[in-house]
This record gives sequence, structure tokens and C-alpha cells, in this order.
Amino acid sequence: MNVISIEDLTIGYGPHPVQSAISAQIGEGEIFAVVGDSGSGKSTLLRTMIGLLPPHSGRVVFQGASSLGVLFQNGALWTSMSVLENVMLPMDLQGELPRAARRALARFKLALVGLAGDEDRYPASLSGGMRKRAGLARALALDPGVLFLDEPSAGLDPLALRRLDELVLSLRDGLGITVVVVTHEIESLYRIADRMLFLDGETHRPVALGVPAELARSAESAKVREFLSRVMP
Amino acid sequence: MDPLFKAQAGELVVAMPERGIDPAWLGRPLAELGLEAGGRLSAVRVESPAAWRWKTADAAFFARLLGELEATGQKIALRGLPPELEKLLALARGAPPAAAGARPPGIRERVGLRALSQAEDARAFVALLGEVVLLLPRFVAARAKVRRAELIEVLAESSSRALPIVAVVNLLMGAILAFVGAVQLKTFGAGIYVANLVGIASVRELTPILTAIVLAGRTGASFAARIATMQGNEEVDALTALGVSPAEFLVLPRVLALSLLMPLLYVYGCGFALLGGMAVSMPVLDVSATAYVAQTQQAVAGAHFAIGALKAFIFGALVALVGCHHGLRAPRSAAGVGAATTSAVVNSIIGVIVLDAVFAVCANALKV
Repeated sequence: MNVISIEDLTIGYGPHPVQSAISAQIGEGEIFAVVGDSGSGKSTLLRTMIGLLPPHSGRVVFQGASSLGVLFQNGALWTSMSVLENVMLPMDLQGELPRAARRALARFKLALVGLAGDEDRYPASLSGGMRKRAGLARALALDPGVLFLDEPSAGLDPLALRRLDELVLSLRDGLGITVVVVTHEIESLYRIADRMLFLDGETHRPVALGVPAELARSAESAKVREFLSRVMP
Repeated sequence: MDPLFKAQAGELVVAMPERGIDPAWLGRPLAELGLEAGGRLSAVRVESPAAWRWKTADAAFFARLLGELEATGQKIALRGLPPELEKLLALARGAPPAAAGARPPGIRERVGLRALSQAEDARAFVALLGEVVLLLPRFVAARAKVRRAELIEVLAESSSRALPIVAVVNLLMGAILAFVGAVQLKTFGAGIYVANLVGIASVRELTPILTAIVLAGRTGASFAARIATMQGNEEVDALTALGVSPAEFLVLPRVLALSLLMPLLYVYGCGFALLGGMAVSMPVLDVSATAYVAQTQQAVAGAHFAIGALKAFIFGALVALVGCHHGLRAPRSAAGVGAATTSAVVNSIIGVIVLDAVFAVCANALKV
């Protein structure tokens, strides 16, 4: 079953489109990567998909997804709250669980991203990678049906990145979460992505959609093959 | 509710309900859920119905259960869980604990740290002041590393763009003084002395202070925000790496611009203050413009102007220095920019008032 349908989408900031003719179907439990040159509109596509930017034309349709979780590029933590409070806030706003249970769940989600023991720290005292991981714990707070990750690898060391990939795979395999990830990290792409969409910053159109390993061998676009051959699976 | 836990031949059997655990249980002690204390256990075995689809609340529950059972030092095996849930548990339990020292400081520690931080802040301010003073000869000899475009931008920011607000504030201040004075002095038949009141008060005290406060809120805050943003973008580090002192490149032009422009703004502000006083006195006291100007000329001595101009010069340098100082010491974040701006404005205003008090004491001692 498709959870997200992207239908002939044109996206951009202000009046200038950065990508057009984007169409894709993302299935339940799929890990779907968006890759491309710098400035090709990957994050713009993600922001359009989650409704932060209106599309110039076309539409994004969600079917049957219970809730969305979003990890922004810099973590987007609320600086006036501790890490634990950041993760608890979505549950506080939902108001379904007693406080002690919300606290226990938030602690567990922080442990999942490797931040056990850092619950009482404030975002200003965290490194970029830690802020990102705390942002991921917050994105997971409500057990979302679809998880959007904007450049999750930025600021993470290789071990933390591998751990993040394992977490994403476990969540997908165990809970059937659908994941849309914007990434530059080719190794991670091969490790987790079922399919990928390549946005070309020169033609302003998607030039490849498919399984990364197959595209590395047989994509029509030489740029896509070269991009994916930096690290072979 | 069926019992969740039962002990069986050295194992703890967890009978999972079909819908998984209720997330609200995470907030309750395990004893309340039927876990009996004591007894040696080697494993936890999970019996789950085929229809059970686990959620992260189940994972959090098992992480807590294992954490509490293993707190006594015994190693507990876990059986019967879906492999993905086991992987998730391994991720959560395998994370290295945070480094020690994350404990938040107590009240005494916080007061001490705050005092040390204030002392360090004061030391850094004095060091910056000293550095700028030592750089002055280089600037005079045209050897200072200052970009002309930067200097012109700072001059524009501190002068022409500040003219309207300085005019409005001083005009209104002169008018208000005249109103207050007119009401009191008229009862003694000494209405014409409103010109003395407005002239001396604005030239000697209020115009330098008000102009400095306006510039603290406008220009000083902008200096702090600009430099704090540069700090966040590592632009200041890039300057230092090039061997250029931020005090020379960023602070010196701002301090010079503001301290040299403030006396000009002061003269401009005085003109508007006197105009405001005259505009109110003429209709309220029925005095002519000529009489008002003549009375002002008689009342305001050259010494008053000299003191006012000197104050303006020093206040200008202070506002610029404080703004730059807070910008340079800002934390590298967006919140840091806001904090630097607020601190710059508050400390500039306090500094201006304290310096004005020092001026008053000195002038009184020198009988000026």
C-alpha cells in the first residue's frame, strides 16, 4: 500500500521553481531517500511534503499515515527546554499519558539515540551531532507512521551514523514506519534505502528513481552513476 | 487484569497482553504491576500472543524491567522477543552512559560561577578598552587594519540614520521641561527663567544622556548583534586566523565613529531641545522668540557646552565599546545574539548613568 503519493510536483522558494515534474509513490514501511546536488531542492522537497512550503503546482497525498515525525537539519530543538522536555513536549501536548509515563518514554527514546544521561542538559550545551540525535528522539516521540529525516548524517561521526542507520532499520522492520530521508551520505544510502530519487540541480528535474545499487550500475544519467559510484555497495 | 509476571524455575515469565503493555504502566513501580522482589533469576521469558504488534512503549517497558532486575548485579537473559525489538533494546541499552559531571550545579555553586563570570567579563572589558587605546596611534598613523567601507557603513549607521530619532526625543524632552517649568515658575512671576531651566538642563545633562540612551538602543544594539552574528558564523575566528585582531578590525572603527559623532549629535540634539522649550514657552508664557533666545544665551555658559560635549564624546565611546564587547563574548548561537543585544543595551544605559554621576561629582568638586 502506498502511504505517500507525490503527483507532478513543482517546488521552490518564492516565485522561482527549483524542481519540477516530481512524481513518486512511497510504500508503507519503505525507506525512501532523496539525493542530489547541493542546492538541487532536496530539503525544499521535504519541506513541501510536510506542508511547510506550498507547492507551485501538483500535490502530495498521504494515505493512512497516523502521524508524522520530522528531524530538521539542525535538530530544531527548543532552546529554552532541556533535552528531556523537548522530547516530552509532543506527548505533553497530546495529553494521553500520565507524566511519569511520558517521562519514561522520553528517556527511552533518548537512550535509543545514545543520549542516556544527557536528559537534563540544554541544547546550547550540546554538540551539533547531539542536537541532531535529540531532534531524532523528539521526532520519534509519538511513534510516527512516517518519519522525515533532513540530512541526519550531518555532524555525526561514522559510529553514530551507523547506529542511527541501525535504529532506522529496526524501527522500519519492527514497527513498519515509512521513512523519507534526505542524505548526502552514500554509504548510509546503500545501507538503508530501499529506493532513491535523484534531483538534478542543473536540469531542475528528477533524473533517476529506483534501487540505489541498480542505479549505480544502470542509471541513464552519468551524473547519477558517478554520484553513486563514489562508494559501491 | 491477568497477572503480568510469574516466576517459573529461575525464570521470570512475562505474559504480554494482546495489545501490548499500556504505556501508562511506564509511570508505575513494577511492584504495583505484580513483580515480586527477591529471588534469583537467570532469564526473562516473554510469552506473547501471535496477534501482538509491539510498539516503542513495549521496548521502553522491557528496557526498564531489565534495568531494574540487573541493578542487583545479576546478568539476565531475555528470550521470546521479536528480533527487531531485541535489536532496538540492544541499541537503547548499549549506549555508553553520558560523561560524569552532567549534574546541575547547586545554588552556592551557581552564585560562585556567576560571580566568576562577571569578574571575567569585567576583566575582558578592561582588556578591550586597553587594546583599543593602544591601537589609537596606529589609526592616527594610518597603519591600522580598518576597511574604509566598514568605517563608512558604521559612520552612516551612527549618524544620518540616527538623526530623526535624536531630533524627536530631544524636541519632546525640551518641550516637557518647558511645560513643567512654566507651571511652577509662572506662580512666582519668573516665567522667563524657563529658558534657563531648559537651556542648562538640556545642554549640560539631559541631551547627552538621552542621545546616548537612544544610541545605546539603536547603534550599540546593532553593533552587538552584528558582531555576535559574526561570532556565530566563525567570521571572527577567520579574522583571528588571518592574524588580524578583532579589536582592530571590528571594534576600533566603531568606537572611533561613535565617539566622534556623538558630540555632533549632541549639538544637533541641543538645538532641538532648545527649540522644543521655545515652542512651548512662546504660547504658554507669552514670551517672544527673541526674548527666549536672549535669555538662553545669557544662562548657558561655555562651560556647560564643554561639559556636555565631553560627556557626549565619552558616552559615545562607552556605548560602542559595550556593544562590541558583548558581541565578541556572545555564545555561538542565535539565542546568543539576542542575549548579547540585550546585555549591550542594559549595560550601556547603566554605564551612561554611572558615568554621568561621576561627571556630576567631579564638576561639583571643580566648581564648574
